Amino acid sequence: MEEIVLNSGDTAWVLASTALVLLMTPGLAFFYGGMVRAKSVLNMMMMSMITIGIVSVLWVIYGFELAFGYKANSPWYGNISFSGLGTMVNDFTNNGGIYPIPVLVFAAFQLMFAIITPALISGAIADRTKFTAWAIFVAIWSTLVYFPVAHWVFAFGNKVGDTVTGAGFLASKGLEDFAGGTAVHINAGAAGLALAIVLGKRVGWRKEAMRPHSLPLVMLGAALLWFGWFGFNAGSALAANGTAGLAFMNTQVAAAAALLGWLLVEKLRNGHATSLGAASGVVAGLVAITPACAFVAPWAAVLIGLSAGAICALAVSVKYRIGIDDSLDVVAVHLVGGIWGSLCVGLFGSKAVNSLGVDGIFYGGGTSLLAKQALGVGVVLAYSFVATLIIGFIIEKTIGFRVTKDAEVEGIDLSEHAESAYEMTSSSHGGLN
Amino acid sequence: MKLITGILKPSKLDEVKDALQAAGVAGMTVSEASGFGRQRGHTEVYRGAEYTVDLVQKVRIEILVDDKDCAAIVDVIVKAASTGSIGDGKVWTTPVDSIVRVRTGETGPGAI
Repeated sequence: MEEIVLNSGDTAWVLASTALVLLMTPGLAFFYGGMVRAKSVLNMMMMSMITIGIVSVLWVIYGFELAFGYKANSPWYGNISFSGLGTMVNDFTNNGGIYPIPVLVFAAFQLMFAIITPALISGAIADRTKFTAWAIFVAIWSTLVYFPVAHWVFAFGNKVGDTVTGAGFLASKGLEDFAGGTAVHINAGAAGLALAIVLGKRVGWRKEAMRPHSLPLVMLGAALLWFGWFGFNAGSALAANGTAGLAFMNTQVAAAAALLGWLLVEKLRNGHATSLGAASGVVAGLVAITPACAFVAPWAAVLIGLSAGAICALAVSVKYRIGIDDSLDVVAVHLVGGIWGSLCVGLFGSKAVNSLGVDGIFYGGGTSLLAKQALGVGVVLAYSFVATLIIGFIIEKTIGFRVTKDAEVEGIDLSEHAESAYEMTSSSHGGLN
Repeated sequence: MKLITGILKPSKLDEVKDALQAAGVAGMTVSEASGFGRQRGHTEVYRGAEYTVDLVQKVRIEILVDDKDCAAIVDVIVKAASTGSIGDGKVWTTPVDSIVRVRTGETGPGAI
């Protein structure tokens, strides 16, 4: 057997990608923070920051082992054991095949995914969530939802000869989710829907204006997310190679096309192309291309992005019809975009661009890949939604999930963090509420 | 002594200020204001949701003047601030009982 040696090029790219993916979470904090009112921007950003703190520590204690361990040989979870990570410095990553990058680098890369997924949920429950309840939710949700689901989707197991142990059940069934359309975006989107139901509407929702207080912050956040997403998608190749290059190019063109798709819908529907629409379109496109980025050709990525931008732009209005205050449209962007992108793999997937992939409907592969994609979408959506509802209701009934009405009206920054983001004059306070 | 108060379009502030300086006014106070009058607000759209913004941004200027200068200075403000369209604002005057210059303790018209 050929001896495996560390590949410094691959390792360097995954290390750099890891830092890029971390940057997405503070980027998300800006993206979400700009969209809330001036009285709750700090709380919105803190929901992302505390998630970085909690999940990083859990990852070292047991998270990585629960998601990517294979010793329990379970399709449902990795291994219930202390992660420690100290013994992994000189081991090579083994995830369905041996990669010449250290396990520790893979663990750090995957940690960033585990961080941003719960952080994404926070947008659904803006302005009203008790901070300690959120922190407890993040710990429980990561443990019971994200770590197992990451195992289902991302763990390809320990391969010795033809024997694979401990692969996740969706990965084994042939779900193609390159960077987390199901495990990250559908997972977070379904959880966001569940929590928006548990917490209920904000005081004054639909009666008073809840305008984004700083669109430049939203733009900054979108820029950081876009930049970081190259690590998210192209880094998921776990190598500096052509697959990473394909994922990189597809990430760019899908985001760009989705920006155009969203703006087109806005221009036709409302008469104006807005900056919030541009930022939202970019994120919708990035979400949709995430599962597909290394399985489709760039022309297909353009179509996926364009359609995702338009579909998500139409989906944001649904919450008003069903009366669920998903405050920052986590469902319309992440759940809808994630579903669309995951299903698109079944349409546009091509063996020609990635020999590890399978042909979709448009490449003569028939409906079998689409069926696998639909299974992955359905299973992750259903599990995340139900599990989050249960976790959410338990927190609501025990310690309470919401701040008091007075605190919410006065501003959650003040009540939960004893801070205010801006010095407000009475006139600007009136305008910004 | 009178206090002249004007609620004006922010875009006309510089012209008003220049005209007042040219007319010999030595000082004024400017603050941000918002409100509504006959000019209606506007509509903003965020992710397809339309919001009506009723309160329009304005500036408030305040100037202390001697009784004999009052009418002429109001004229200067109105002329400089006018665009002829709805939303140009209002200017009004109120009597002032006393004025003290903080640094010197001067009172009355001499403190203007």
